[in-house]
Amino acid sequence: MTATQDAPAAEIGQARRRKEDQRLITGRTRWTDNLNLPGMLHLAMVRSPFAHATITSIDTAAAKEATNVVAVLTGADFGEEMGVCINAWPISPDQKTPGHPPMPSDRVTFAGEIVAVVVARSAAEARDAAELVDVEYDDLPAALDLKEAAEDTVLAHPDLGTNKSAVWVFDSGEAGTGGDVEEAIAQAREDGIVIEREYRQQRLIPAFMEPRSVVVDPTGEQLTMWSATQIPHILRFALAATTGVPESKIRVIAPDVGGGFGGKLQTTPEEWIVWAVARRLGKPAKYTETRSESLVSGHHGRDQWQRLTLSATKDGTVTGLKVDLLADLGAYISLVGGGVPVLGAFMFNSIYKFPAYHWRVQTVLTNKTWTDAYRGAGRPEATYAIERLMDELAAEVGVDPLEIREKNWIKHEEFPFTTVAGLTYDSGNYEAATARAKEMFGYDALRAEQAERRANGDKVQLGLGISTFTEMCGLAPSRVLGSLDYGAGGWESATVRMTPLGKVEVITGASAHGQGHETAFSQIVADRLGVPFEDVEVLHGDTQVSPRGLDTYGSRSLVVGGEALVRAADKVIEKAKPLAAHLLEASADDLEFGGGRFTVKGTDQGIGIGELATATFTGHNYPEGMELGLDSDATFDPENFNYPHGTHLCAMEVDTETGAVTMRSYVCCDDIGNIINPMIVEGQVHGGLVQGIAQALWEDAVYDDSGTLVSGSFVDYLLPTAADTISFQVDHTTSPCTSNTLGTKGVGEAGTIASTPAVINAIVDALRPMGINDITMPATPERVWKAINSSKGAAQ
Amino acid sequence: MTKIELTVDGAKVADDVEPRMLLVQYLREKLGKTGTVIGCDTSNCGACTVHLNGRSVKSCNVLAVQADGAEVVTIEGLAEGGQLHQVQESFRECHGLQCGFCTPGMIMQSVDLLAENPHPTEQEVREGLEGNLCRCTGYHNIVKSVLHAAGGAQ
Repeated sequence: MTATQDAPAAEIGQARRRKEDQRLITGRTRWTDNLNLPGMLHLAMVRSPFAHATITSIDTAAAKEATNVVAVLTGADFGEEMGVCINAWPISPDQKTPGHPPMPSDRVTFAGEIVAVVVARSAAEARDAAELVDVEYDDLPAALDLKEAAEDTVLAHPDLGTNKSAVWVFDSGEAGTGGDVEEAIAQAREDGIVIEREYRQQRLIPAFMEPRSVVVDPTGEQLTMWSATQIPHILRFALAATTGVPESKIRVIAPDVGGGFGGKLQTTPEEWIVWAVARRLGKPAKYTETRSESLVSGHHGRDQWQRLTLSATKDGTVTGLKVDLLADLGAYISLVGGGVPVLGAFMFNSIYKFPAYHWRVQTVLTNKTWTDAYRGAGRPEATYAIERLMDELAAEVGVDPLEIREKNWIKHEEFPFTTVAGLTYDSGNYEAATARAKEMFGYDALRAEQAERRANGDKVQLGLGISTFTEMCGLAPSRVLGSLDYGAGGWESATVRMTPLGKVEVITGASAHGQGHETAFSQIVADRLGVPFEDVEVLHGDTQVSPRGLDTYGSRSLVVGGEALVRAADKVIEKAKPLAAHLLEASADDLEFGGGRFTVKGTDQGIGIGELATATFTGHNYPEGMELGLDSDATFDPENFNYPHGTHLCAMEVDTETGAVTMRSYVCCDDIGNIINPMIVEGQVHGGLVQGIAQALWEDAVYDDSGTLVSGSFVDYLLPTAADTISFQVDHTTSPCTSNTLGTKGVGEAGTIASTPAVINAIVDALRPMGINDITMPATPERVWKAINSSKGAAQ
Repeated sequence: MTKIELTVDGAKVADDVEPRMLLVQYLREKLGKTGTVIGCDTSNCGACTVHLNGRSVKSCNVLAVQADGAEVVTIEGLAEGGQLHQVQESFRECHGLQCGFCTPGMIMQSVDLLAENPHPTEQEVREGLEGNLCRCTGYHNIVKSVLHAAGGAQ
């Protein structure tokens, strides 16, 4: 009992190389599409080429005749047996919500909607036969343009009588969190500054690298679904709720999942169809989408028009902010689609002390692919708007954009600070992050170079872009979600199990798809229990292994799921203590725990947590009345969101003759509280940055006048490549979060939320002397060139 | 059906295949080499990159019958004798992957890039990987991984 074991060095804060990587770099990965079960059938979907049309007939005879085709099924063949796709977040009691059958039998409402499914012995044969299904349509007028759709000139769903789905309003005067914004604006019109702008958040596609894939095995007593999803737990709940099969009969597995970015935070028609086909035919069934199918049928993101009014005094002190949004839902209201803009409602005021605030969204149905969460979900839109406006205000006042921000932001000594949107920011230090970012960037030198280029009339002008963002993440306090009419909670659960040989199994309800949970969570538990990092195994993504969970999105896994882990580990120690006292023949009060061991204070007598695990396995010697076993569960429901922030600085070179823009440098200093693994954190920031930069410069989901997605393949939807991007300078400051014991804040979305306005601000900054104060995203050379030339025209 | 014989990851294999079958389908469906993955249908993403007679190819852009008589190496055959290839090691060391879906293709392309240019500049690495898409890393750490494997700047 006195055997010593070297206490491992603190794991938290170390750049541990990832446990996940061995399988990923050697190709021994379990993607859903890899699964091949005996007798498995393969599905191919027949999709509508029309944005809006009545289905007049579906002739499946030729397809059914094809070799190795097992079945061809339509919506009419299934009826209600298939269940429906659900909207879990109706944002108002009178929200207009179109019914969403996974495979409609009468009318299609977007190009790409599934109208029939072909089941064959191989995927190739299924696809061949899908070409033989003859569907007759009567084309209907389609509601495509967001602003026009909001006028109800053409209806996306004629049965609803309107495209206007719901309105959600926040008003600081009514909420008691601030003054009346109309008064503030009226005052500013008399003696201050009023900035009025309209910005477009173009439609984006999450474009995770692994196309979605679903396998359903209906054999045995349980139905098992493997899906390339972010949300196995929510998926199981939704399957049970809409098909009548009890949850206990459903097992959902998310094996290795190749990225999500919100795009796999969905319950999809494809999942429901594979489920129904497998049950109907009694055989395992698989469907894997092609990339082109993925781009047209996986949900899209963003797609808003933003009308903004900011009021300020002459010296640039902000007095009010009014936000009026149109948000495009697409053809159906997806799992949390209607709520995505509402997540932005609390964030347009950002880090600034607005005394009055009014926010309104009108969600609108159109005949396009449905929209939902994409990395940041509501918060990138908000950050873009406010960070663009702060630059416009600075230009109006005639001061440096950093100066106008500092004038208005919450000072570090003012935390905790309750904002005009009603949130309490617990911690932050905008001054520190900004100072560090400026230093790395060489801000003053770049401003000097900019002035020189302007004075010389250089062909290539330099612009500096700023984004001092914050966001709310770590979704979410369950009571807050309840107050917003969201259909679930925001807690997370964890289990820590001690194996008989003293190793540790950690089970989390979060569901990783590239974030490195297996590594970071091992670090947390290794520290807490004082066991080696290598002795901890993290299990996730299988409802049979982790029956309780709310999955991974909204930068929640670490701050909510990680905190649950801490609590479960602490319970293990608590449970082990009486046993340790018993075996050490000491009073529990005389024991202390550290480095994985209970020791009797002031002696070298001790026993390791692993030895105690073995003792509960054998059960040969334990205190009277103790329940054998150390395994513990915990659930953590956060009391607050957390509020990462940072200062991002971007230098763009703009060729005034061609309109081409080139990123010269990008620097950011983020404050995400305490860091578990700095290597993983930096990786999250890098990837996030490029997704946000891509919105500014390249990506755009474009529809033509007939409702066809023109950017429907990777030829036309421009994901950035290594040659388009640069290396970044990334650093951090630390203001620990106070609403979890680890002091951590989420980092998954930060880069994406912050970077888009930094890039556009830089381009506009380069061109402002030409009288240009906006560039529509993405800032293609053509758009920049046209802006330059129209301003030249205006000047002549 | 056409009979093909080739070497894949050091093993001789022979099969009757449909002439239209892509090499990537052959690897995944006939040989169970699921380490090589399919990320798109327009030859843009490079996730399916393998080596064909020592040079990288997108295996969705090669018919299985074109690989008749060839030597194919996939991500599963890159490590030799249980020893990871330097590029594999570097991707782990420099956090050059997150979800890992693009990784097999990215690693195979990087090996080819370094075979051709053992000491590339950052810009040469970026241009050499232009045909391989990644959505997670922003390429920053992928570029760093390749430079690390080349023994150059970190």
